[in-house]
Amino acid sequence: MHTNSETTGLFLQNVALHLGETLLLRIDCRIEPGTVLTVMGESGSGKSSLLDFIAGFLRPDFQASGKILLDGQDLTPLNPQERHIGLMFQSPLLFPHMSVLQNLMFAIPASVRKRSIRREMAQQALDDAGLAGFGSRDPATLSGGQQTRVALMRTLLAEPHALLLDEPFSNLDKARRADIRALVFDAAREKGLPVLLVTHDEEDATAASGKVHVLDESGPGNGCV
Amino acid sequence: MTTKPRAGPAVPVILVSVFLAGPVLAGLAGTLLPAFGYLPALGRTGFSLEPIRHLFQQPGLMTSVWLSLATGLMASVLSLAIVLLFVAGWSGTRTFRRLTRFLSPLLSVPHAAAAIGLAFLIAPSGFLVRLVSPWVTGWTRPPDVLILNDPLGIAMTMGLVAKEVPFLFLMTLAALNRPRIQEYFKAGASLGYGRVATFFTIVLPQIYPLIRLPVLAVIAYATSVVDVAAILGPTTPAPLAPRLVLWMNDPNLAYRLMASAGALLQLAVSAVALGTYLAGERLIAATSKRHLVTGHRHLRERTARYGGLLVMVTIIAAMVLSLMLLGLWSAARSWWFPAVLPQAWNVMRMADTLGMSLGLLGTTVALASASALVATALTLWLLENRDHRKTSSSRRLKTLVFLPLLLPQISFLFGLQLLFLSADFSGTFTAVLLAHLVFVLPYAFLALSDPWARLDPRYAKAAAAIGASRGRIFWQIRLPLLLRPVLVTLAVAAAVSVGQYLPTLMVGAGRIVTVTTESVALASGGSRQSAALLALLQLGVPLAGFVLAALLPALLHRNRAAMRLER
Repeated sequence: MHTNSETTGLFLQNVALHLGETLLLRIDCRIEPGTVLTVMGESGSGKSSLLDFIAGFLRPDFQASGKILLDGQDLTPLNPQERHIGLMFQSPLLFPHMSVLQNLMFAIPASVRKRSIRREMAQQALDDAGLAGFGSRDPATLSGGQQTRVALMRTLLAEPHALLLDEPFSNLDKARRADIRALVFDAAREKGLPVLLVTHDEEDATAASGKVHVLDESGPGNGCV
Repeated sequence: MTTKPRAGPAVPVILVSVFLAGPVLAGLAGTLLPAFGYLPALGRTGFSLEPIRHLFQQPGLMTSVWLSLATGLMASVLSLAIVLLFVAGWSGTRTFRRLTRFLSPLLSVPHAAAAIGLAFLIAPSGFLVRLVSPWVTGWTRPPDVLILNDPLGIAMTMGLVAKEVPFLFLMTLAALNRPRIQEYFKAGASLGYGRVATFFTIVLPQIYPLIRLPVLAVIAYATSVVDVAAILGPTTPAPLAPRLVLWMNDPNLAYRLMASAGALLQLAVSAVALGTYLAGERLIAATSKRHLVTGHRHLRERTARYGGLLVMVTIIAAMVLSLMLLGLWSAARSWWFPAVLPQAWNVMRMADTLGMSLGLLGTTVALASASALVATALTLWLLENRDHRKTSSSRRLKTLVFLPLLLPQISFLFGLQLLFLSADFSGTFTAVLLAHLVFVLPYAFLALSDPWARLDPRYAKAAAAIGASRGRIFWQIRLPLLLRPVLVTLAVAAAVSVGQYLPTLMVGAGRIVTVTTESVALASGGSRQSAALLALLQLGVPLAGFVLAALLPALLHRNRAAMRLER
């Protein structure tokens, strides 16, 4: 579905974020479909604000300039709901009042009307995540890694056109981290989604094997390396 | 970790139980017995069903019951719906933050003052009609329509809504402070759901358990309210609760017995209202389950959002206007219809009334300070003790503390009044203070338990590791760190005390009179000027409390950046 032309992917065009007088970060970068851009920085470097800006949640006390283009469309004037950007948080944020399956069905677009098909799609997603048979479980009874898998599937079922990952691996133990990281990156590659990963873990950046953008004390970002 | 929990219930738990359950249980018993004809103090020692029979012979009793039920339930559900719709549509926006600043102080406006102000606003001779008369309406004298005291209780319902919306709003706001709730808003939006849909499908199910008790308290209160009903409610017949108060004060003893029977009926009315609400809650939960996972994003939400905003702004505007009218009326000498503003002012008379009200004001302030101090101290003791013993019964404790708010005040205040009368305790400061505490303590607990729980436990651990005793940790670490919430709790408690109408009226027995009881008495029959001034004084006491609560920490912590309010 993606042609390899100039407009595909997620393009952060001359983006700069200010809080009052201070420049928090500056970035100008294109993320090709299926590839990962890793943004690294210590806490307080404005990483989360960058995600907020792309997803449409930037708090009003921040000032942003530049544009966010997704497959050629300018997202900046759109509501978060209209941006088709999938967001994964530090914690999986499964909805605690729904079952695992309901969490997934919640994300499937309403255009899929038949309940039985919705259910099947959710089941299939669970299978893909290696969690077959977990559908009726209370999300709180799942391990952290399992919750993150469900959260990934929930994000993908909403048919996003790009993925933003806000340190979603930081709460997992080391053994699980590599598995789940691979699951996420493979899924993104397979669906041809541009991915922006925010992290402070070098390993994440290596595993992503894409461009790395470092925010550090030397300056508010150094372009897109 | 080194301290072993002692066996048996802790002292503060017992104390709080006694303060809350004591008056409530004694009061309920004191209501129950006379309802069946047993009142030895007045020479009735036999049991009979006569009071109940007498009650059901009263003309229009069923209308009264129906009015209490309908206005109370309607006002509560309407208030909740308005609050939820507004929060759903606007939470996290600049508009939301701005309106929050208006809604918080409105919480401290006592019911009676709000009702009096609202009456000045919407009466046939009120400000709204004056604004358009005679140039639009052609009226040169107040129209002969029952806007106030209308037989359906619409004005009363509106008055209750205006007062309960700020309360439920702040309860919801506190619930939204739970960790991660703001992220869930983002999660919903990034899945493509509209604001309103995200709130109702994802956020509300998570925070509802926290706002449920307050909603139930509102229902119990609204179905048995006396002061608002006396000012705005229907009169022919009145809702049940104000009629009960009339009967209770009747010199004819048979009426008092009947009033006790009526208080039991009131208990049943409130119970039916609570039951109806809980049944409706279940029904909604059951029917919405299927809709939860259909994937409808509900992006066309403009009507819902702006509708919610409009209603909220209207309520705030009505309250603010009402309070301004209180100010105008209290300084007016003549203000004939249809003049929009008073024709003549009389500040001297205002000063006179003020001078005469100083005694009332003194009693009010004394009661408010005493009950605020006792309630806050007890709450602190309770919380500190709970931490120390590491009992995790916080839910059960919360329910116990909240219980008096789930009963109609009148159902146990009647009995309490009779008990105090026979013990020759009625009409004393201590008796009224005890009655106030029953209602002040729950709010103090409500206001302080969250900030207390949110305080980082590592501060206390760090202090303990240096060797500080439990007492030192409390006085030198926790209390100073919690200075602001403790002061706010004191102010909330004082505001609740000032707002108490029925407990003061019943237990005070005419000897302990506050600006609140006096303003209600004046509003139904006395002079508008004096009623307005007393209502203003009612406002002034809590306001002073909140101003102090805001100023003191700023002064004491002026050189401590980390102690300033987070943005």
